[in-house]
Amino acid sequence: MTAPRGSVRRQVRIARPPDKVWAIAGDPTRLAEWFPGIVSATVEGTTRTIVTGSGMPMPEEIVTNDPLQRRFQYRITAPMFQEHLSTLDVLDLEDGTSLVVYAADARPATLALVIAGAAGNALEHLRTLMEGTD
Amino acid sequence: MGRKILLVTTDQQRYDTLGCNGGTLARTPVIDGLAAAGVRYERAIPQSVVCMPSRSTILTGQHPTTHGVWMNGVPLPIDAPSVAAVLHDAGYRTALIGKAHFEPYFDPFQRFTENQMARIGTVPPNGTHRGFEHLEFATHGVAGMLHYARWMQAEHPETLGMFYAAVDQDLQVNSAGGGDTGAVQVHVNNVPKEWYHTEWVADRTISWLDGLDADDDWFCWMSFPDPHHPWDPPESEVGRIDWREVPLPAGYPEKASDREAILDAKPRHWRLWYDGTLVSNFEAPAKWVPATMTADQVREVNARNAVECELIDEALGRVLSAIAARGWTDDVDIVFTTDHGELQGDFGLMFKGPYHVDGLMRLPLVWHPAPSVGLAPATVTTPVGLVDLAPTFCAIAGVETPSWMQGQQLPHNDDSGPERVLTEWDSELFGVDVHLRTITRDRWVCTAYRAGTVHDGSEGELYDLVDDPLQQVNRWDDPSQRSLRDDLVADLWDSQPEPHPTRLQLQAPV
Repeated sequence: MTAPRGSVRRQVRIARPPDKVWAIAGDPTRLAEWFPGIVSATVEGTTRTIVTGSGMPMPEEIVTNDPLQRRFQYRITAPMFQEHLSTLDVLDLEDGTSLVVYAADARPATLALVIAGAAGNALEHLRTLMEGTD
Repeated sequence: MGRKILLVTTDQQRYDTLGCNGGTLARTPVIDGLAAAGVRYERAIPQSVVCMPSRSTILTGQHPTTHGVWMNGVPLPIDAPSVAAVLHDAGYRTALIGKAHFEPYFDPFQRFTENQMARIGTVPPNGTHRGFEHLEFATHGVAGMLHYARWMQAEHPETLGMFYAAVDQDLQVNSAGGGDTGAVQVHVNNVPKEWYHTEWVADRTISWLDGLDADDDWFCWMSFPDPHHPWDPPESEVGRIDWREVPLPAGYPEKASDREAILDAKPRHWRLWYDGTLVSNFEAPAKWVPATMTADQVREVNARNAVECELIDEALGRVLSAIAARGWTDDVDIVFTTDHGELQGDFGLMFKGPYHVDGLMRLPLVWHPAPSVGLAPATVTTPVGLVDLAPTFCAIAGVETPSWMQGQQLPHNDDSGPERVLTEWDSELFGVDVHLRTITRDRWVCTAYRAGTVHDGSEGELYDLVDDPLQQVNRWDDPSQRSLRDDLVADLWDSQPEPHPTRLQLQAPV
C-alpha cells in the first residue's frame, strides 16, 4: 500500500532585503547556521549531507539552486522517505523586506509535517538571526 | 520545613477506572485509600482532551488559549510560566519523572530538550528545565530517545521487539490489532513486569526521593505513561482479568443501529470518524474504522486497560511505602489525576479526539492533603479543572499564587469552587480543521463549534449531566432548552481566556 502524501508550508516575513536573506538561506552549506537541530551540512556536487542533532546523517539531492528566482529545492533520499521535495523561496516584497516560504511535500505525509514543522521553527530563527544584525 | 507534594498523573485514564469512583474492573486499593482519607472529586475536567495542551495546563495553570499549546505537536514555549519554577524558587527540590510531553516526540532533529535529556543525563544544562532540576523521561514504549527507552535499549535489548510499534511502515499511528480478539492497539507483550515502564517510573521516583535530605521540601511529578494505548501490559499480568467476563461499558450500545442513531444526533464529525471517513486527531489510527469494532474487542481493551490501572496502583503503593520509610507521610500532599480520558468503547469509539463528553472529560482526581493539616475527608461534586492544580500546589507550599495562573485552589468541599470550567479543542491536520469550545456549569455541558472542515459554526452539543449521564441525547436543538443554551453559550464566549500573544506553530504530528 502506498502511504498518503502530505504537503505542508511555513513562511516568515523578514525585515531584510531578499539578497541578504538569500545569501544565507540559499547557501546549502550554511544550513546549520539557521536550522536548529542540524549540526552540519556538507555539499559535494549536487549531494548535500546533513547531520541532525541526534547524530543521524541524512543524504539529500539538491534539485534546484536558482539565485535569480531565489529558489532552492532538495530531495531527502533517506529510505524512510518514499517521496520528498522541499522548496525554499525568498520573495521580494519590494519594501526592503522578504517573504521566506518553505514547503515540504513528502510521502509518508507525517514526514512532510516533521520537516516543515522543523523548518517553520528554523525560519523564525533565521528572522531573529537576520533582524538582530545590520 | 513545609509540606511536600507528590503529583501523580497517568495518561488517558477514565474516571470510572478507579474503585473509589465506582469502577468494578481494576482493583485500585491504594488510590481508593487516598480518596477515603482525602478529597475525591466527582467532576474534574481537563482544559484539553489531548496530552500536550492538557499537560501544559497542569504545568502553567493556564488554559490552552493562553499558554498557546493549541494541539499536540505545538511545543510549549521554553519560557512559559511553570508552577515547578515557582516552587523551585521557593526552595523546593523539583523532579519530573515519567511522561512529560510538553514538547513533540517526533523529533529526528532532536531540537527539543525533552528528547536531548537522556543523552545529557538527569540534570538539565541550565540547572532547571521548566522549573525541574531532575528529569527522567519515559513514554509508551521502548522506541526513541527518552531515558526509559535508552535504558531498555542498553540493558534489555532482547525485549525491544516485544512492545507494540507505535507507528506503521507509513509512519501513521499503528492500526494493527492483536490479543485474542484482534482489537486495535492490543498487543501481547512478553516483557517482564519489573522492566515495564510503570515499574521504571516508580523505581526512578523512589531513587530520586532517596537522594533527598530528610528536611528538604520537594515537588515530584510522577507521570505514568499508562493506561494510554497501546494496551500491551506485561503478558504475565493479563490473566488478572478475563476479558470474556468484562461487561460492556454502559456507553456502548451493542446494537450498531442504536450507536449510529446516537452519533447521527451529534455534529457530523462524530459519525464521519465512526465510519472511517474523517480523522481529525493524529493519535487515532487513520487506517482503523471504529464501525468495525466488535463487542469482544471493546471487552478486551477494557480488560487490558484495567490491568494497566492495577499496575499503576501497585507502583504508587511502592512509592508511598518509600515515602513512609523516610518518615515523610504526615507532611506529604498527594494529588492523583490524569491528563484526559479515553472513549474506550463509548458510542462505538476508541481513543480520543474532538469529542467533549465524559469519556474524555470526566477525570479521576483525588487529593490526599498532608495528614498533618487535618482536613476532613470529603467528596466534591462541584466541577473543577486541571487548571486549578497549579494554584493548589502554590497554596500547599504557602507561596502566593502568581497572577498568571488562571485557576483557583481546589475546593475542600462543595461550598466553593469555580463557577464554570472551560475546555477547548483546536486541530488542523492535513487539511482537516475542527474547533470546539465547551463550558461545564451547573448540571450541563455545552459545546459550541466554530467553522471548520465539516462544520459551519452553527453546530453544538448540549447535555444534561444528571438526566443523561452518558450524553446520548443532544439537546442543542431542543426548543425547550433554547434559553438555557443561549445563556450557556453567552457565558462560554464571555469567559474565554486571554489568548497567547502569537499563534504558535504546529511543529510535529505529536
